[in-house]
Amino acid sequence: MLLQLREVKKSFFQPDGSELPILDIPEFSVDAGCQVVLVGRSGCGKTTLLHIIAGISRPTSGRVKIDGWDIALMAESEVDQFRAERIGYVYQTFNLLPSFTALENVLLGMTFGRVRPDRERAKALLRRVGLEHRLTHKPPMLSVGEQQRVAVARALANRPQLILADEPTANVDVGNQQQIIDLLRETCREENVALILVTHAPEVAEQFERVEYLEKINLVRVGR
Amino acid sequence: MSLWKIAWRSIQQRALASALTAFSMALGVALVAAVIVIHGVIDQSFRRGAQGYDLIVGAKGSPLELVLTAVYHLGRVPGNMSYDAYDELVNGQFAADIQVAIPICLGDNFKGFRVIGTTPDMFARLEYLDGRKYEFAEGRNFYDDALREAVIGATAARKTGLKVGDKFRPVHGSAAARGEEHEPFDIVGVLAPTGTPNDRAIFVNMEGFYQMHAQAPEEAERPLPALKDEAKPKPEAKDEHKSDGQENQGPSAEKPGEKPAEKPSEKHEPHADGKHSHGSAHDEHREVTAVLVVLNPKIPPTRRVALPKLVSKQLDVQAVAPAEQIDHLLRGIVGNVQLILLILAVMIVVVAGIGIMVSIYNSMSDRRHEIAIIRALGARRTTIMIVVLLESILLALGGGAAGLVLGHGLTGVLSPLIADQTGVSVNPLQFQLSELILIPGLILLATVVGYLPAVVAYRTDVAQSLISSP
Repeated sequence: MLLQLREVKKSFFQPDGSELPILDIPEFSVDAGCQVVLVGRSGCGKTTLLHIIAGISRPTSGRVKIDGWDIALMAESEVDQFRAERIGYVYQTFNLLPSFTALENVLLGMTFGRVRPDRERAKALLRRVGLEHRLTHKPPMLSVGEQQRVAVARALANRPQLILADEPTANVDVGNQQQIIDLLRETCREENVALILVTHAPEVAEQFERVEYLEKINLVRVGR
Repeated sequence: MSLWKIAWRSIQQRALASALTAFSMALGVALVAAVIVIHGVIDQSFRRGAQGYDLIVGAKGSPLELVLTAVYHLGRVPGNMSYDAYDELVNGQFAADIQVAIPICLGDNFKGFRVIGTTPDMFARLEYLDGRKYEFAEGRNFYDDALREAVIGATAARKTGLKVGDKFRPVHGSAAARGEEHEPFDIVGVLAPTGTPNDRAIFVNMEGFYQMHAQAPEEAERPLPALKDEAKPKPEAKDEHKSDGQENQGPSAEKPGEKPAEKPSEKHEPHADGKHSHGSAHDEHREVTAVLVVLNPKIPPTRRVALPKLVSKQLDVQAVAPAEQIDHLLRGIVGNVQLILLILAVMIVVVAGIGIMVSIYNSMSDRRHEIAIIRALGARRTTIMIVVLLESILLALGGGAAGLVLGHGLTGVLSPLIADQTGVSVNPLQFQLSELILIPGLILLATVVGYLPAVVAYRTDVAQSLISSP
């Protein structure tokens, strides 16, 4: 088992001092190389869940184990290092750095781990996503679909065990939507990377064998 | 990808703001560099100018004024000392202490350049720096017995346009103002550049100098080392043999500038041994402005130290070590002025540093999203902090490098003005060792001013910033 969440809770404190629960996940696990889609309405905590899995946010309580490591118990710098080496992230808004070229954005995904950035791998990944002719282009010079493909390449750059994709097709046109999903699924399969993809698009969700519905604050597993 | 590159990309992204911030730093550093360079070059030039002589002997008065006048050809010409004192110095009890003694007479100028009456030994026996003798770019030294011959310094030649074969008429007074014109002198030599104040002077035969002033009926301005009324120059009668043999120990023992073929019209009667005596009756009425002295290297250090006081006391003159006076000048007045200028310039650099802080700090709200992205890719808080500090350092060093170029360029622009006003030539490409302190200084400043924005970056809430729109 690659990922295991147990009794994970996340709450925020409101100005009046009362606690506002955001997430309450009794049990959630993902095997290595598995592809899971998380579906839920806006504001139901999908992004917060991904942040907790990535170690960007800490749960209020509970355990978040990845490959046997409980990141909820790690020091922040250790979590950063862990994320740099084992987790890839694809965002709804791509989150490419505008002053860096496509190649540099991919290289940035390899910069903070222990292994030295591999320029050839970065180029190969961009070739894989069909952007070998756009290596030196900066994000503002790329189309929306191309930007998201660079983001996919960047997420794969550090040879992660797990990719978290937060509504990766929400900002791309319908024509590019399926390409991005296909690209993510194929590349994750090729690299044997587990994928957790958040979406509220039914047409995307229905392509996955495993769909998890996040309703209210609980994760409800629905398998197919 | 290195953190330097990430910092550089961040600077590039805010190109205009970064350029303006770096430019303000460049202005500050340019001022610091200009102050350091100009002071360093002035310091070096002054010390260089004082290197050729161990002692300057002149009339009692301000020691600094004597040195500035005799060595640097600056300021008012002080009073003169008697020729007898000069004679006693070189041929009397101090003869054994002295290797070379060159008398100089001041009081005239040509187009603002001092006209100095002296002997050919000035260029034949003196070294303007250790081991470096005067050389002639054109022509030759003037002859001892050719009264109307002159040698011109390199800068003076360039500025006045005088060359070998030209004639010029010295004007009475030490400033460029129009005064009475004297009989003309012939330029027979142009000195090669020495980087000393002598580049800016014209040297004439001292006997001719005396004659020139003897011919001028209304020599009223003091202190002009002219003959007194009863001692009008009689070049053909002024020399007498001296048979006591003392001359051989004194600085006038050799006459390297002696003319091989004489001009009957304007010469002294040469002596059989080529030596001049200074014991003639009319020498008593002569005066010299100063004597440039190189001490005998063999005299004991204690004697060397005691000599200025001894000479001053025994001859009723003042003898000063030019290097000492220049050291006082540079450490005292010039040093304090430089310190004030340096403090002002450093304050400008500090203000520019605060500009860097404000610029980066203000950019933080726009960059939170980017910082969050980099953090989400695995960068630690300290890594982000380092990137911001590197950005600050790059701006400071980039601005500093531009400032150094600007400062030296400014020095280059001001160089002719400084040379015209002071006679000190400033080489804009000459870097001072003290400029090296700018590098660690700027890094330190950049680290201090970058700390606040770096802390802001350090504290960026990644989750919150990722959710917010870029």
